[in-house]
Amino acid sequence: MTVHNLYIFDRNGSCLHYSEWNRKKQAGISKDEEFKLMYGMLFSIRSFVSKMSPLDMKDGFLAFQTSRYKLHYYETPTGIRLVMNTDLGVPNCRDTLQQIYSTLYVEYIVKNPLCVLGESLQSDLFNSKLDSFIRALPFFSVRAA
Amino acid sequence: MAIFSVYIVNKAGGLIYQYDNYVPRAEVEKTFSFPLDLVLKIHDEKVVVSFGQRDGIRVGHAALSINGVDVNGKYTAEGKEILEYLKDPANYPVSIRFGRPRLTSNEKLMLASMFHSLFAIGSQLSPEVGSSGIEMLETDMFKLHCFQTLTGIKFIVLADPRQSGIDALLRKIYEIYSDFALKNPFYSLEMPIRCELFDQNLKSALEIAEKAGTFGPGS
Repeated sequence: MTVHNLYIFDRNGSCLHYSEWNRKKQAGISKDEEFKLMYGMLFSIRSFVSKMSPLDMKDGFLAFQTSRYKLHYYETPTGIRLVMNTDLGVPNCRDTLQQIYSTLYVEYIVKNPLCVLGESLQSDLFNSKLDSFIRALPFFSVRAA
Repeated sequence: MAIFSVYIVNKAGGLIYQYDNYVPRAEVEKTFSFPLDLVLKIHDEKVVVSFGQRDGIRVGHAALSINGVDVNGKYTAEGKEILEYLKDPANYPVSIRFGRPRLTSNEKLMLASMFHSLFAIGSQLSPEVGSSGIEMLETDMFKLHCFQTLTGIKFIVLADPRQSGIDALLRKIYEIYSDFALKNPFYSLEMPIRCELFDQNLKSALEIAEKAGTFGPGS
Protein backbone atom coordinates (compact mmCIF):
# COMPACT_ATOMS: atom_id res chain seq x y z
CA MET A 1 0.00 0.00 0.00
CA THR A 2 1.32 3.39 -0.85
CA VAL A 3 0.48 6.95 -1.81
CA HIS A 4 1.89 8.05 -5.15
CA ASN A 5 1.07 11.74 -5.47
CA LEU A 6 -1.40 14.48 -4.65
CA TYR A 7 -2.76 17.33 -6.75
CA ILE A 8 -4.81 20.30 -5.53
CA PHE A 9 -6.67 22.32 -8.17
CA ASP A 10 -8.80 25.40 -7.77
CA ARG A 11 -12.08 25.93 -9.56
CA ASN A 12 -10.42 27.63 -12.52
CA GLY A 13 -8.19 24.67 -13.18
CA SER A 14 -4.89 26.06 -11.97
CA CYS A 15 -2.81 23.62 -9.98
CA LEU A 16 -2.36 25.04 -6.48
CA HIS A 17 -0.19 22.29 -5.17
CA TYR A 18 1.53 19.15 -6.32
CA SER A 19 3.62 16.74 -4.31
CA GLU A 20 4.76 13.21 -4.90
CA TRP A 21 6.04 10.42 -2.67
CA ASN A 22 6.37 7.10 -4.46
CA ARG A 23 6.03 7.86 -8.12
CA LYS A 24 7.77 5.42 -10.43
CA LYS A 25 6.69 6.75 -13.79
CA GLN A 26 6.61 10.35 -14.99
CA ALA A 27 4.08 11.33 -17.62
CA GLY A 28 6.80 12.26 -20.14
CA ILE A 29 5.56 15.86 -20.46
CA SER A 30 6.36 19.00 -18.48
CA LYS A 31 4.66 19.36 -15.09
CA ASP A 32 2.64 22.28 -16.37
CA GLU A 33 1.29 20.21 -19.24
CA GLU A 34 0.63 17.34 -16.90
CA PHE A 35 -1.49 19.52 -14.60
CA LYS A 36 -3.52 20.71 -17.54
CA LEU A 37 -4.00 17.17 -18.78
CA MET A 38 -5.03 15.98 -15.32
CA TYR A 39 -7.47 18.84 -14.84
CA GLY A 40 -8.89 18.31 -18.31
CA MET A 41 -9.39 14.64 -17.58
CA LEU A 42 -11.19 15.38 -14.29
CA PHE A 43 -13.33 18.02 -15.94
CA SER A 44 -14.36 15.60 -18.68
CA ILE A 45 -15.00 12.80 -16.20
CA ARG A 46 -17.30 15.09 -14.25
CA SER A 47 -19.39 15.93 -17.27
CA PHE A 48 -19.22 12.34 -18.56
CA VAL A 49 -20.41 10.95 -15.25
CA SER A 50 -23.24 13.45 -14.86
CA LYS A 51 -24.58 12.55 -18.32
CA MET A 52 -24.07 8.80 -17.98
CA SER A 53 -25.68 8.45 -14.58
CA PRO A 54 -29.13 6.87 -14.69
CA LEU A 55 -30.07 8.63 -11.45
CA ASP A 56 -29.45 12.03 -9.90
CA MET A 57 -26.14 12.01 -8.07
CA LYS A 58 -25.17 13.55 -4.75
CA ASP A 59 -21.39 13.31 -4.56
CA GLY A 60 -20.76 12.52 -8.21
CA PHE A 61 -17.39 11.16 -9.25
CA LEU A 62 -15.50 9.47 -6.39
CA ALA A 63 -12.64 7.39 -7.77
CA PHE A 64 -11.38 5.37 -10.68
CA GLN A 65 -8.89 2.57 -10.90
CA THR A 66 -6.72 1.04 -13.59
CA SER A 67 -4.71 -2.16 -13.39
CA ARG A 68 -1.94 -0.42 -11.40
CA TYR A 69 -3.28 2.55 -9.45
CA LYS A 70 -6.36 4.16 -8.01
CA LEU A 71 -7.27 7.84 -8.28
CA HIS A 72 -9.33 9.35 -5.46
CA TYR A 73 -11.21 12.56 -6.05
CA TYR A 74 -12.82 15.02 -3.68
CA GLU A 75 -14.40 18.31 -4.61
CA THR A 76 -15.61 21.02 -2.24
CA PRO A 77 -18.67 23.16 -3.04
CA THR A 78 -16.27 26.06 -3.68
CA GLY A 79 -14.57 24.09 -6.43
CA ILE A 80 -11.31 23.08 -4.73
CA ARG A 81 -10.43 19.66 -6.16
CA LEU A 82 -8.16 17.24 -4.36
CA VAL A 83 -6.78 14.29 -6.25
CA MET A 84 -4.73 11.54 -4.68
CA ASN A 85 -3.24 8.56 -6.46
CA THR A 86 -2.64 5.44 -4.42
CA ASP A 87 -2.21 1.79 -5.18
CA LEU A 88 -5.18 -0.53 -5.58
CA GLY A 89 -5.35 -1.83 -2.02
CA VAL A 90 -6.37 1.49 -0.51
CA PRO A 91 -10.07 1.74 0.36
CA ASN A 92 -12.21 4.85 -0.09
CA CYS A 93 -10.12 7.92 0.84
CA ARG A 94 -12.86 10.50 0.84
CA ASP A 95 -12.39 11.22 4.54
CA THR A 96 -8.64 11.59 4.14
CA LEU A 97 -9.03 14.11 1.33
CA GLN A 98 -11.71 15.94 3.27
CA GLN A 99 -9.28 16.10 6.20
CA ILE A 100 -6.50 17.48 4.02
CA TYR A 101 -8.90 20.18 2.92
CA SER A 102 -10.31 21.06 6.33
CA THR A 103 -7.31 20.65 8.63
CA LEU A 104 -4.49 21.65 6.26
CA TYR A 105 -5.73 23.76 3.36
CA VAL A 106 -8.20 25.82 5.37
CA GLU A 107 -5.92 26.12 8.42
CA TYR A 108 -2.62 26.95 6.75
CA ILE A 109 -3.64 28.55 3.44
CA VAL A 110 -7.06 30.16 3.83
CA LYS A 111 -6.20 31.47 7.30
CA ASN A 112 -2.84 32.80 6.14
CA PRO A 113 -3.32 36.35 4.82
CA LEU A 114 -0.04 36.16 2.89
CA CYS A 115 -1.28 33.29 0.72
CA VAL A 116 -3.00 34.65 -2.36
CA LEU A 117 -5.93 32.40 -3.23
CA GLY A 118 -5.87 31.10 -6.75
CA GLU A 119 -2.09 31.03 -7.03
CA SER A 120 0.18 28.09 -6.44
CA LEU A 121 0.75 27.54 -2.73
CA GLN A 122 4.13 28.77 -1.47
CA SER A 123 3.69 28.14 2.25
CA ASP A 124 6.47 25.97 3.70
CA LEU A 125 4.35 25.33 6.76
CA PHE A 126 1.57 23.88 4.61
CA ASN A 127 4.04 21.75 2.65
CA SER A 128 5.67 20.28 5.74
CA LYS A 129 2.34 19.67 7.51
CA LEU A 130 0.96 17.98 4.40
CA ASP A 131 4.04 15.83 4.02
CA SER A 132 3.90 14.64 7.62
CA PHE A 133 0.12 14.09 7.37
CA ILE A 134 0.52 11.87 4.31
CA ARG A 135 3.48 9.99 5.79
CA ALA A 136 1.41 9.25 8.89
CA LEU A 137 -1.44 7.69 6.90
CA PRO A 138 -1.96 4.00 7.71
CA PHE A 139 -1.68 3.04 4.05
CA PHE A 140 1.43 5.10 3.28
CA SER A 141 4.12 2.52 3.94
CA VAL A 142 5.64 0.88 0.88
CA ARG A 143 5.40 -2.81 1.46
CA ALA A 144 7.03 -5.02 -1.15
CA ALA A 145 6.03 -2.55 -3.84
CA MET B 1 -29.02 -4.30 -7.46
CA ALA B 2 -29.17 -3.71 -11.15
CA ILE B 3 -27.20 -3.50 -14.34
CA PHE B 4 -28.05 -0.26 -16.07
CA SER B 5 -26.54 -0.44 -19.52
CA VAL B 6 -23.91 -1.96 -21.79
CA TYR B 7 -21.71 -0.13 -24.30
CA ILE B 8 -19.27 -1.65 -26.79
CA VAL B 9 -16.66 0.70 -28.23
CA ASN B 10 -14.38 -0.21 -31.13
CA LYS B 11 -10.67 0.52 -31.11
CA ALA B 12 -11.18 3.87 -32.83
CA GLY B 13 -13.56 5.08 -30.13
CA GLY B 14 -16.75 4.51 -32.13
CA LEU B 15 -19.81 3.13 -30.38
CA ILE B 16 -20.77 -0.14 -32.07
CA TYR B 17 -23.37 -1.38 -29.62
CA GLN B 18 -25.47 0.06 -26.84
CA TYR B 19 -28.18 -1.51 -24.77
CA ASP B 20 -30.14 0.00 -21.88
CA ASN B 21 -31.07 -2.85 -19.58
CA TYR B 22 -32.75 -0.93 -16.81
CA VAL B 23 -33.61 2.74 -16.78
CA PRO B 24 -34.95 3.94 -13.44
CA ARG B 25 -37.59 6.54 -14.16
CA ALA B 26 -37.75 9.34 -11.68
CA GLU B 27 -40.38 11.63 -13.14
CA VAL B 28 -42.45 14.17 -11.30
CA GLU B 29 -45.58 15.88 -12.55
CA LYS B 30 -46.66 19.04 -10.80
CA THR B 31 -49.16 21.82 -11.33
CA PHE B 32 -47.72 25.33 -11.13
CA SER B 33 -49.33 28.72 -10.77
CA PHE B 34 -47.92 31.99 -12.11
CA PRO B 35 -45.09 32.92 -11.64
CA LEU B 36 -43.08 29.70 -11.86
CA ASP B 37 -40.93 29.04 -8.80
CA LEU B 38 -38.21 27.29 -10.81
CA VAL B 39 -35.55 28.88 -12.97
CA LEU B 40 -35.52 27.19 -16.37
CA LYS B 41 -32.97 27.53 -19.15
CA ILE B 42 -32.34 26.04 -22.55
CA HIS B 43 -29.50 23.55 -22.66
CA ASP B 44 -28.77 21.25 -25.61
CA GLU B 45 -32.15 22.00 -27.20
CA LYS B 46 -33.94 21.01 -24.00
CA VAL B 47 -35.59 23.07 -21.29
CA VAL B 48 -33.85 22.16 -18.05
CA VAL B 49 -34.09 23.31 -14.44
CA SER B 50 -31.12 25.53 -13.63
CA PHE B 51 -32.11 26.59 -10.12
CA GLY B 52 -34.72 25.64 -7.54
CA GLN B 53 -35.27 22.11 -6.30
CA ARG B 54 -38.60 21.03 -4.82
CA ASP B 55 -40.89 18.03 -4.60
CA GLY B 56 -38.45 15.72 -6.35
CA ILE B 57 -37.69 18.15 -9.18
CA ARG B 58 -33.90 18.50 -9.34
CA VAL B 59 -31.46 20.79 -11.08
CA GLY B 60 -30.68 19.23 -14.45
CA HIS B 61 -34.14 17.73 -14.95
CA ALA B 62 -35.73 18.47 -18.29
CA ALA B 63 -39.34 19.38 -19.01
CA LEU B 64 -40.85 16.25 -20.57
CA SER B 65 -44.50 17.17 -21.01
CA ILE B 66 -46.82 20.12 -20.48
CA ASN B 67 -50.45 19.52 -19.50
CA GLY B 68 -49.97 15.85 -20.28
CA VAL B 69 -48.74 16.40 -23.85
CA ASP B 70 -45.12 15.44 -24.55
CA VAL B 71 -42.87 18.31 -25.54
CA ASN B 72 -40.66 18.32 -28.59
CA GLY B 73 -37.22 19.50 -27.47
CA LYS B 74 -37.54 23.15 -26.50
CA TYR B 75 -40.92 23.47 -28.24
CA THR B 76 -44.40 22.51 -27.09
CA ALA B 77 -46.43 20.01 -29.10
CA GLU B 78 -48.05 22.95 -30.92
CA GLY B 79 -44.63 24.27 -31.91
CA LYS B 80 -44.41 27.22 -29.53
CA GLU B 81 -41.25 27.84 -27.53
CA ILE B 82 -41.75 26.44 -24.03
CA LEU B 83 -40.05 29.36 -22.29
CA GLU B 84 -42.30 31.83 -24.14
CA TYR B 85 -45.35 29.74 -23.35
CA LEU B 86 -44.50 29.72 -19.64
CA LYS B 87 -44.03 33.50 -19.59
CA ASP B 88 -47.71 34.06 -20.38
CA PRO B 89 -49.87 34.17 -17.20
CA ALA B 90 -52.92 33.24 -19.30
CA ASN B 91 -51.52 29.71 -19.70
CA TYR B 92 -51.55 29.06 -15.95
CA PRO B 93 -52.23 26.91 -13.99
CA VAL B 94 -49.98 24.57 -15.95
CA SER B 95 -48.96 21.02 -15.23
CA ILE B 96 -45.37 20.15 -16.16
CA ARG B 97 -43.67 16.77 -15.94
CA PHE B 98 -39.96 16.83 -15.14
CA GLY B 99 -37.41 14.02 -15.28
CA ARG B 100 -33.80 13.24 -16.11
CA PRO B 101 -33.29 13.82 -19.83
CA ARG B 102 -32.79 10.60 -21.78
CA LEU B 103 -29.57 10.28 -23.74
CA THR B 104 -30.04 10.63 -27.48
CA SER B 105 -28.13 8.24 -29.72
CA ASN B 106 -25.85 11.11 -30.73
CA GLU B 107 -25.03 11.81 -27.10
CA LYS B 108 -24.28 8.14 -26.56
CA LEU B 109 -21.82 8.18 -29.47
CA MET B 110 -20.21 11.28 -27.99
CA LEU B 111 -19.94 9.81 -24.50
CA ALA B 112 -18.42 6.62 -25.89
CA SER B 113 -15.65 8.48 -27.68
CA MET B 114 -15.18 10.67 -24.62
CA PHE B 115 -14.58 7.59 -22.52
CA HIS B 116 -12.18 6.30 -25.15
CA SER B 117 -9.90 9.30 -24.61
CA LEU B 118 -10.37 9.35 -20.83
CA PHE B 119 -9.24 5.73 -20.84
CA ALA B 120 -6.05 6.68 -22.68
CA ILE B 121 -5.32 9.69 -20.44
CA GLY B 122 -5.87 7.57 -17.35
CA SER B 123 -3.10 5.31 -18.53
CA GLN B 124 -0.78 8.17 -19.51
CA LEU B 125 -1.05 9.93 -16.14
CA SER B 126 -0.31 6.76 -14.24
CA PRO B 127 2.30 7.07 -11.48
CA GLU B 128 3.13 3.38 -11.93
CA VAL B 129 4.68 1.75 -14.98
CA GLY B 130 2.67 -0.56 -17.19
CA SER B 131 -0.77 0.67 -16.22
CA SER B 132 -3.88 -0.07 -18.26
CA GLY B 133 -6.58 2.53 -18.82
CA ILE B 134 -9.57 3.05 -16.56
CA GLU B 135 -10.98 -0.31 -15.50
CA MET B 136 -13.49 0.87 -12.95
CA LEU B 137 -14.98 4.29 -12.37
CA GLU B 138 -16.96 4.87 -9.23
CA THR B 139 -19.65 7.38 -8.35
CA ASP B 140 -22.23 7.32 -5.59
CA MET B 141 -25.01 6.17 -7.94
CA PHE B 142 -23.30 3.76 -10.31
CA LYS B 143 -20.05 2.02 -11.13
CA LEU B 144 -18.68 1.84 -14.64
CA HIS B 145 -16.66 -1.27 -15.42
CA CYS B 146 -14.55 -1.44 -18.54
CA PHE B 147 -12.79 -4.42 -20.06
CA GLN B 148 -10.49 -3.86 -23.01
CA THR B 149 -9.65 -6.86 -25.14
CA LEU B 150 -6.21 -7.42 -26.66
CA THR B 151 -7.65 -6.28 -29.98
CA GLY B 152 -8.65 -2.94 -28.47
CA ILE B 153 -12.41 -3.37 -28.19
CA LYS B 154 -13.87 -2.00 -24.98
CA PHE B 155 -16.81 -3.58 -23.23
CA ILE B 156 -18.38 -1.16 -20.77
CA VAL B 157 -21.01 -2.05 -18.20
CA LEU B 158 -22.80 0.46 -15.99
CA ALA B 159 -24.13 -1.13 -12.85
CA ASP B 160 -25.31 -0.46 -9.35
CA PRO B 161 -22.31 0.10 -7.02
CA ARG B 162 -23.23 -3.00 -5.01
CA GLN B 163 -23.66 -5.33 -8.00
CA SER B 164 -21.09 -8.13 -7.93
CA GLY B 165 -19.79 -10.44 -10.62
CA ILE B 166 -19.28 -7.73 -13.24
CA ASP B 167 -15.81 -8.98 -14.23
CA ALA B 168 -17.26 -12.35 -15.13
CA LEU B 169 -20.11 -10.64 -16.97
CA LEU B 170 -17.67 -8.58 -19.07
CA ARG B 171 -15.84 -11.72 -20.13
CA LYS B 172 -19.13 -13.40 -20.87
CA ILE B 173 -20.12 -10.49 -23.11
CA TYR B 174 -16.76 -10.80 -24.88
CA GLU B 175 -17.54 -14.49 -25.44
CA ILE B 176 -21.01 -13.65 -26.78
CA TYR B 177 -19.44 -11.02 -29.04
CA SER B 178 -16.97 -13.53 -30.46
CA ASP B 179 -19.62 -16.19 -30.91
CA PHE B 180 -22.50 -14.22 -32.34
CA ALA B 181 -21.07 -11.05 -33.86
CA LEU B 182 -17.67 -12.15 -35.16
CA LYS B 183 -18.92 -15.48 -36.51
CA ASN B 184 -21.81 -13.79 -38.28
CA PRO B 185 -20.91 -13.66 -42.00
CA PHE B 186 -22.97 -10.49 -42.43
CA TYR B 187 -21.06 -8.58 -39.75
CA SER B 188 -18.31 -6.26 -40.88
CA LEU B 189 -15.62 -5.55 -38.33
CA GLU B 190 -15.67 -2.23 -36.44
CA MET B 191 -19.24 -1.56 -37.57
CA PRO B 192 -22.36 -1.37 -35.38
CA ILE B 193 -23.59 -4.78 -34.26
CA ARG B 194 -27.07 -5.52 -35.57
CA CYS B 195 -27.57 -9.15 -34.86
CA GLU B 196 -30.55 -10.73 -33.17
CA LEU B 197 -28.72 -13.70 -31.68
CA PHE B 198 -26.23 -11.33 -30.09
CA ASP B 199 -29.05 -9.29 -28.56
CA GLN B 200 -30.81 -12.36 -27.19
CA ASN B 201 -27.71 -13.87 -25.64
CA LEU B 202 -26.60 -10.57 -24.16
CA LYS B 203 -30.01 -10.07 -22.57
CA SER B 204 -30.02 -13.51 -21.00
CA ALA B 205 -26.45 -13.01 -19.74
CA LEU B 206 -27.51 -9.78 -18.08
CA GLU B 207 -30.50 -11.47 -16.49
CA ILE B 208 -28.36 -14.25 -15.08
CA ALA B 209 -25.78 -11.76 -13.82
CA GLU B 210 -28.42 -9.68 -12.09
CA LYS B 211 -29.93 -12.68 -10.36
CA ALA B 212 -26.89 -14.72 -9.42
CA GLY B 213 -24.34 -11.95 -9.25
CA THR B 214 -21.71 -14.22 -10.72
CA PHE B 215 -20.89 -16.79 -13.36
CA GLY B 216 -19.28 -20.10 -12.60
CA PRO B 217 -16.08 -20.97 -14.47
CA GLY B 218 -16.68 -21.99 -18.07
CA SER B 219 -20.35 -21.04 -18.02
